[in-house]
Amino acid sequence: MSVPTNLGYTADHEWVLVEGDIATVGVTAYAADALGDVVFVDLPEPGTEVTAGAPCGEVESTKSVSEVYSPVSGEITEVNAALESAPETINQAPYGDGWLFQARVFAEPTDLLSAQEYEQMTKDEE
Amino acid sequence: MSEPASAPRATALREIHEQAGATLVDFAGWLMPLRYGSETAEHRAVRRAAGLFDLSHMGEIRVSGPEADLALDYALVGHLSKVKVGRARYTMITSADGGVLDDLIVYRLGGEEYLVVANAANTATVAGALAERAETFDAQVTDESADHALIAVQGPRAVDVLAPLTDAELGAIRYYAGYEHTVADHPVLLARTGYTGEDGFEIFVRPADGAPALWRALMESGAGQGLVPAGLSARDTLRLEAGMPLYGQELTADLTPFDAGLGRVVTFDKPGDFVGRAALEAAALTSRERRLIGLASRGRRPLRRGQEVLRDGTAVGTVTSGAPSPTLSRPIAMAYVDGDLDTATGTFSVDVRGRAEEVDVVELPFYKRSA
Repeated sequence: MSVPTNLGYTADHEWVLVEGDIATVGVTAYAADALGDVVFVDLPEPGTEVTAGAPCGEVESTKSVSEVYSPVSGEITEVNAALESAPETINQAPYGDGWLFQARVFAEPTDLLSAQEYEQMTKDEE
Repeated sequence: MSEPASAPRATALREIHEQAGATLVDFAGWLMPLRYGSETAEHRAVRRAAGLFDLSHMGEIRVSGPEADLALDYALVGHLSKVKVGRARYTMITSADGGVLDDLIVYRLGGEEYLVVANAANTATVAGALAERAETFDAQVTDESADHALIAVQGPRAVDVLAPLTDAELGAIRYYAGYEHTVADHPVLLARTGYTGEDGFEIFVRPADGAPALWRALMESGAGQGLVPAGLSARDTLRLEAGMPLYGQELTADLTPFDAGLGRVVTFDKPGDFVGRAALEAAALTSRERRLIGLASRGRRPLRRGQEVLRDGTAVGTVTSGAPSPTLSRPIAMAYVDGDLDTATGTFSVDVRGRAEEVDVVELPFYKRSA
């Protein structure tokens, strides 16, 4: 599983792509694989304010419920509505069509892990 | 339940599972495949074609001797002396107070020989109870779990997968029958039993080290039939759709078979006393305290074990098993409710972490294969 080098990562297994003041957030392939088949996603409504490091939603798989932690502080601008009917997209394309939400960030996130650091962290977890 | 302090035991098939990329988990003290890839795909493969399961964690206890039949009549709630050689019976073992210690499948291998198959977590308890209860009979009880591997082939293509590997006339093996046969040159107990709601076979391999070669032969034979290896996650959703109880969830030592709505497994009409008889006779007379019902959600959020069931906003029961159903494409659950509850009227919901998810009360099983 290759970790895209253009993204930032959190220890909670989210990825984030910041373009201007818009951050796109998803869960990593490592997390999606560990969860098993994702069957339900609960995300904040557009307009909701989220705080970096705080839970803002849930991802449920066949066997478990996991919280989604926002990697950024900001305001939700868009959620991936396609996940409502096709949550398995998170397993199929975690870094692509399986993205979770976009937020207008209040400040550039500073404490993200690089792809290399994240990969090392997941290797250490195994 | 206490967790075993030692590392989980590996089955004879561990290396094969690892090579197949399985996610292995500690289940009842055994390192078992949870899934190989997508558990939903494995579930669907079993419904449409066939799946191959490693069930070597299950316990095999042999009861043999001139009074093996009478010993089992005394030790279990069923009438095992009446089971014909080559047939199997779903039954239970209870304590003297009628609480279920385990649910079992008992195969009659011969006039004086039975194989009792117990859940992994309960094998030691069952073997101990059987040995104690058989003491006054001319019968021997041997826990042979470590010598056995168990492989299940389940699904509508199970016969096609198995047929090229055996001379056994598979069409003649009825549901809940099992005989000693040869499969892929291995002497096995070949039984038409399962826990998926599909046609299929369970293959008891002894000694267990024959299992890898047998597994490979089955995978090869099933390559053109859509056979896939399937893990415990798929097994759980398959049995839930089939409305089959799981010990520890629908069945516990706090419940009698009557509480669980499975009083039909208790045979009072057999000679002699049996462990639990007095308590179970009383339980059969008193109205059932609870009833197992099926729920299907109108929403998408999965229902989970332990969640509260509400009728018009009032708590009436608890979910014992819940999962998204791949076949019905909606979350389903089994739940215990008060025995006299009116389930025909009212609005039912399940409290999913503070949100009331509206559900329909549906008949069990959720899924029944077309004959």
